[in-house]
Amino acid sequence: MLSISENQPETSESSAVTPECSLRVKDLNLAYGDNQALHNINLDILKYNVTAFIGPSGCGKSTLLRCFNRMNDLIEKVSITGQILFDDADILAPSIDVAMLRKRIGMVFQQPNPFPKSIYENVAYGLRIHGERSKSVLDGRVEWALRNAALWDEVKDRLGDGALSLSGGQQQRLVIARAIAIEPSVLLLDEPASALDPISTLKIEELINQLKDQYTIIIVTHNMQQAARVSDHTAFLYLGELIEFSDTDSIFRNPQKQQTEDYITGRYG
Amino acid sequence: MHKHISEQYDAELAQIADLLMEMGGLTESQLNNSFTALITNDFDMAETVRDVESKLNQLEVELDGRCVAIIARRQPTAGDLRNVISVMKASTDLERVGDEADRIAKLAIEMMDHPTNAVQNNDLRNIHSAVVKMLRRALDAFARMDIESALRVIDSDAGVDRAYKKLVGENIDQMRTNPQEIERNINIIWIARALERIGDHAKNISEYVIYRVKGQDVRHGGTRIEADNETNT
Repeated sequence: MLSISENQPETSESSAVTPECSLRVKDLNLAYGDNQALHNINLDILKYNVTAFIGPSGCGKSTLLRCFNRMNDLIEKVSITGQILFDDADILAPSIDVAMLRKRIGMVFQQPNPFPKSIYENVAYGLRIHGERSKSVLDGRVEWALRNAALWDEVKDRLGDGALSLSGGQQQRLVIARAIAIEPSVLLLDEPASALDPISTLKIEELINQLKDQYTIIIVTHNMQQAARVSDHTAFLYLGELIEFSDTDSIFRNPQKQQTEDYITGRYG
Repeated sequence: MHKHISEQYDAELAQIADLLMEMGGLTESQLNNSFTALITNDFDMAETVRDVESKLNQLEVELDGRCVAIIARRQPTAGDLRNVISVMKASTDLERVGDEADRIAKLAIEMMDHPTNAVQNNDLRNIHSAVVKMLRRALDAFARMDIESALRVIDSDAGVDRAYKKLVGENIDQMRTNPQEIERNINIIWIARALERIGDHAKNISEYVIYRVKGQDVRHGGTRIEADNETNT
């Protein structure tokens, strides 16, 4: 019986020496009807690392990201083969509890999407639907999440205000606070800063840097320099294929594939 | 190599490459002119070398400025990044080649009253022609991104070092036997030293070619690059 456990597994002692794998993608193929969007992807996402997916529009990077918390289930005529192993369970298996999976693997989208509720209720929402009733526990978790999302100091005196009164950058950090409030293992960020101004973008990037001590982060970005700034590993996808996957330094200093070089240096691929 | 989507970016990279080659051409002629001034006792030519030296300094400053602008505005990556970095480093070496040529011209002027003799000229000429060849090859290798040629330059530096040491030894012997000529012998050693340093700079430029093309840092005996040709150790 496949299951996703609620608690994070203990980090083994060997993780300091050999980085532990958080998600393992094996022979993943995905098609929307007749249109194959991902071709035989094999990829290891390392724990407590930031992994960036880069590539031109339509390369499959968002499709791949959405596989990690089964967001593609919502799309009709999707067929997926292969495996994505998470805590030794295949998260693509039909028997997986998708709600529990999404608690462990949270997602933040391009456009900030706070609920039309108060700042406090946005962060507390996930905890409430997972059964938390205690006011003191909720207060503690809301503060913890907002502090970790680097938003606490800006909103602590107006937690009852509507979330939509916040700026775009603040809303995005609020959404990240909402995502981490339920303590996921993995955070999926789909173009989290592309709708934000440059300063808010830098704040989100700094936040990503802070959060990677506690979370495995996967970020999809059109902004190559952002990938270079925030990620430890970078995967370059093109026409649904994983062209190159390596540590970010190597990708941006000396990529091994011509297609990668052409893309990151701004040439036609 | 494909063109960038931004034509302006291609133009900026072409500009720094052109400027580096302009510096290269000027350093080659400075090296040749300073040595000719020495051998032929030509005061005017030596003075001209000294005047032209400032042009090389200006080119280095201009080139550095353009490279910094590219880094700031384009954020080059991969081969582009290595290209800009190696052009900047090569320009520093070329400017120093210019300094050494200037030093030779200065010594040529100082030695007008006590010029070198035919034997001494011959010894210096051997080192000079070796480093001229090294510098030309290094610049060609840079322009063509030719690793084989760069490796040949790196290998040939050892021969220049040996010739320099031999010349120093011979001049020390001459100073012992003929102390009246000490000043001239010291100047000859200074000239040989300048030529030997130029060989080192040509070697450095060749190492940047390898870094630029392969992304491997071969300086100070770092990464070994396998070559088809024979290698001296």
